[in-house]
Amino acid sequence: MELSGAQTLVDCLKREGVEYIFGVNGGAAMPIFDALYDETEVKLIPMRHEQGASHAADGYARATGKVGVALATSGPGATNLVTGIATAYMDSIPMVAITGQVYTDFIGSDAFQECDVIGVTRPICKHSYLIKNSDEVADVVAEAFHIASTGKQGPVIIDIAKDAQKNETLFQYPETVDIRSYKPQVDGDPAQIAKAAALIKEAKRPMLYAGGGVVLADASEELRELTLKTQIPITVTLMGLGAFPETHPLAMEMPGMHGSCCANYAFTDSDLVVAIGARFDDRVTGNLSKFAPNAKKIHIDIDASCIGKNVQVDVPIVGDAKNVLTELNKLVDTADIDPWRDQIQEWKQKYPFEYEQKGNKVMPQYVIEQIYQHYSDAIVVADVGQHQMWAAQYFKFTEPRKWLNSGGLGTMGFSLPAAIGAQLGCPEDTVVNINGDGSYIMCIQELVPAITMKLPLKIFIINNMYLGMVRQWQELFSNKRYAAVDYHDNPDFALLAQAFGATGLRVEHPEDVEPALLKAKGINDGPVVIDFIVAEEENVFPMVPAGQGLGDVIRGLS
Amino acid sequence: MTFPLNLKNKLLLKNMNKEERHIFSVMVENRFGVLARVVSLFSGRGFNIDSLNVAETHDKSVSQITLVTHGDAQIIEQIYQHLNRLIDVIEVTDLSAGTHVEREIVLIKVSTDDAQKRTEILQTAEVFRGRVIDMKPASLVLEITGDEGKLEAAINIFNTYGILELARTGKIAMSRGVTN
Repeated sequence: MELSGAQTLVDCLKREGVEYIFGVNGGAAMPIFDALYDETEVKLIPMRHEQGASHAADGYARATGKVGVALATSGPGATNLVTGIATAYMDSIPMVAITGQVYTDFIGSDAFQECDVIGVTRPICKHSYLIKNSDEVADVVAEAFHIASTGKQGPVIIDIAKDAQKNETLFQYPETVDIRSYKPQVDGDPAQIAKAAALIKEAKRPMLYAGGGVVLADASEELRELTLKTQIPITVTLMGLGAFPETHPLAMEMPGMHGSCCANYAFTDSDLVVAIGARFDDRVTGNLSKFAPNAKKIHIDIDASCIGKNVQVDVPIVGDAKNVLTELNKLVDTADIDPWRDQIQEWKQKYPFEYEQKGNKVMPQYVIEQIYQHYSDAIVVADVGQHQMWAAQYFKFTEPRKWLNSGGLGTMGFSLPAAIGAQLGCPEDTVVNINGDGSYIMCIQELVPAITMKLPLKIFIINNMYLGMVRQWQELFSNKRYAAVDYHDNPDFALLAQAFGATGLRVEHPEDVEPALLKAKGINDGPVVIDFIVAEEENVFPMVPAGQGLGDVIRGLS
Repeated sequence: MTFPLNLKNKLLLKNMNKEERHIFSVMVENRFGVLARVVSLFSGRGFNIDSLNVAETHDKSVSQITLVTHGDAQIIEQIYQHLNRLIDVIEVTDLSAGTHVEREIVLIKVSTDDAQKRTEILQTAEVFRGRVIDMKPASLVLEITGDEGKLEAAINIFNTYGILELARTGKIAMSRGVTN
């Protein structure tokens, strides 16, 4: 049957099981939007800004594990997607971003709304395609979904010229995809796995260090089995939170710059670090020359280029975390490391995450604790900044895919549109968006589609009237020279929410925190925004200053 | 792509911090944009390309990129892994890891303003087994094939006569014998 390229594209998306496509319409993508107009299987979600579209697709992917799809027009539409694409790339999120392109004959002529999207996105995507002929559509879509969702996952861009959208083609969807140059290595080398098991057996002070790769590989069960079987203490990174329950006695909580003292001291004293789907990011390791100086390292990663990038590794294992852990679990036993476990427990008890109540202020950490009390089962979507760190510290995650945040790129503005994607992907779950006053206003326009769709998002703003994380660095390292961080001129977010058409509440006193959270629980016919006015100059501790070793962690200012 | 650890182990035996010259043969899908992906991998990470040659192979669907670069063991390992990670890359071989042959062609235009100088240049060219491929009253163009050392030597010598123009193909290379 002859179909237009645009109709073919939509039919391909159906074959891939796409439920939602997040987009903003524009000239060079009009045929695709037109094909979606009567479509019921693939639902088009009109966002208010293309950045919101790419973050929403990303949030949907993080919450469900399925490929998120964003759609925009050429030129500015495509460049507006870029931040969201880079965000997904840094955190290895499966996404397909579709952009309209000017007519083939106009490509390269500086036509109206023309941009070399393939060129612009080359370093921030897993792969990209320019479709100039409608006959290519089906094969490209099938390949794009295959590439986005296998191996090290990531965003794939499909840039499709307007004539390729309009011209007709015979629809034939490939049943299987076989790309000769793309064969991800998913099974770990058995000899390497045996070596890893032997090192684990010998170690006196071993620790597990799990990251977002465990969540992406859906390997939380296997990680739990490894931890419980060996009884080795575990730290889970910002990207992996929930892969292992933070409430378990073996959990040392998050490591790194704002991680727990326990995890950081453990790295410094450990004699064996088992990294699983974690990439020795600079926010985790601190000064590399002081990082885990006495430890041998085992590194399990789907991406060979991640291994040995930052630290030298003794036993590299390239493979999918789920497969590798399944094999490794067969070879390990309870570790005979009681003195080390006692040491970990001592650190844990001595140095918990803690803060001081200051006057009658609403403390940001208290708000997070209360959110945890009342929304412990929710999917929590955080933005970037101090509130993100407090949320990671004080909310105790116990399940994977319940904590979504932009860890790699650190994209402010991510969370509100990502929460929309998460809520659509998981309609039965409560979705809590923990935001900052700086980051909320970066994508505030996406409140509109959330209201239109009556999504019961709980949007909690930790409002300290500053770009708080930068202000904290200025306080500690720049002599309180608060350049460009004063946000006292922000509007009243509660009133603004009401103007948009949502419920808006403002909380200024500690005793009002809990009632407001309870009230929000009862509002389910649309988003509710609570603006928590918190202590302005509260800092995130512990903190490992940039350039310092993990052992030099500052526990607080006294 | 089952390779990662061989090269690593081999490299670990050498001095980790010593900068070494490496020559990669990269087999890629013959489509537009592939070279840009390879090159932007280098520019985005601040790695150097010393020489680059791209051409179709006997299989029209495959192009071969021969790329000379340098760096310490860790950088070379990263280059190898990142090349392998590109979707359109079919195979990457570090030819420097084994025995190989490499060649490059240089075209040199030298000025020959008097007969005696021309004779000298022609004699010198013979030493390098150079061929004259164009001759004009005041200049001639030589074609010389060889490895890096030979071409450097030739260029140094002809520089003393006055090189008017110079063009090089970049290295092409191949492993010796049959490998799996």
